[in-house]
Amino acid sequence: MQIMTTEFCGPFQPFRIQVTNRDQEFLCPAGSNLLKAMERKNSGCISVGCRGGGCGLCKIRVVQGEFHSKRMSKAHISDDDLEQGVVLACRISPASDLVIESDQYQPPVAG
Amino acid sequence: MKKGVMRPGHVQIRVLDLDEAVAHYTDLVGLTEVDRDDQGRVYLKAWTEVDKFSVVLREDDTPGMDYMGFKCLDEATLDTLRGALIEYGCTIDDIPAGELNDCGRRVRFTAPSGHNFELFATKKQLGTSVGNHNPEAWPRDLKGMKAQRFDHCLLYGVELEKTLNLFRDVLGFDLVEQVMTPDGKRVAQFLTVSMKAHDIAFIDHPEPGKFHHASFYLETWDDVLRAGDLLSMTDTSIDIGPTRHGITHGQTIYFFDPSGNRNEVFCGGDYFYPDHEPITWDAEKLGKAIFYHDRELNERFLTVLT
Repeated sequence: MQIMTTEFCGPFQPFRIQVTNRDQEFLCPAGSNLLKAMERKNSGCISVGCRGGGCGLCKIRVVQGEFHSKRMSKAHISDDDLEQGVVLACRISPASDLVIESDQYQPPVAG
Repeated sequence: MKKGVMRPGHVQIRVLDLDEAVAHYTDLVGLTEVDRDDQGRVYLKAWTEVDKFSVVLREDDTPGMDYMGFKCLDEATLDTLRGALIEYGCTIDDIPAGELNDCGRRVRFTAPSGHNFELFATKKQLGTSVGNHNPEAWPRDLKGMKAQRFDHCLLYGVELEKTLNLFRDVLGFDLVEQVMTPDGKRVAQFLTVSMKAHDIAFIDHPEPGKFHHASFYLETWDDVLRAGDLLSMTDTSIDIGPTRHGITHGQTIYFFDPSGNRNEVFCGGDYFYPDHEPITWDAEKLGKAIFYHDRELNERFLTVLT
């Protein structure tokens, strides 16, 4: 797993996104964020929240593959998370085929 | 009883990307950029507002609300309210004049809900571009949804009862509408300091200090529908609507700014006089109370916050 920061310059082809915990997959074009591609397929295998990197609902773990990433809320994704490939699906776009686990969001509990 | 707090004055919102946010709040929502400061913050104004700004955007790595400010009648009232807050047990942070451009001193405190609020009395007035003398109906150069004013915020947090007591007893807000559980716990409260259906609202939530939405007022239901059209034209993230709220009966659409902060534009809604009894919704009717037509909450309403 590698976070790429430079612009992707490869051929314009969709990448295959495998969601292992849901036993599903969908295609995501380069340049599209993962959540948007998932919503187009209407598969529901990633939870949809604000779609802007703020709320944390679409938290996933990228197990394998490379991606570009936009800024996401530190309240939900720490630097450690980023190193472990824990990201928000609405803020990453694939640079290769990806293997991911969805459902990583933990709702707050009454303290 | 009124204590001299006049209206919502401003909200400072944290955004992940300042340029994207400015484009959203100006080109789409229809606010006007009026200033920037040496901290990089951007100041925005809705066209019917007389004060210089009502929305401040600050770039940060965690979206959400920094604080909401209420304007008071005058500086003497501000002194009185500052004293009353201290007497009530609030810790006060005195923010000097000029910390926000062209805004007087602010008295900041944290409500039991976990949110930062501030009171101020002085802000430079720019007026409206149609002026005060034989004004035309509206300016002809408005963009996007043509938001008329920053209207209110809905905030999620803890200690609703204590928060109500502070806003009612110290700041002079009235409880307009509430949602109650069968065992008598208030889980939502809509407060006003004016004739509006709400100037600030709170919903019970285990995490303190969370931001649900900032709301902007539109003139008509047709404007709300067209706001929905603009959201689709610009591929902007829609939460729900256009629809009607049960609570306040306003006509509404919810959507998200590019950092995931929820916005509302709405029109209509009930009015309030101080002799009105609070309106009560049962918690089991919460779906209808929030979304009058669907009669059920979308899960996002309760879980998607910044």
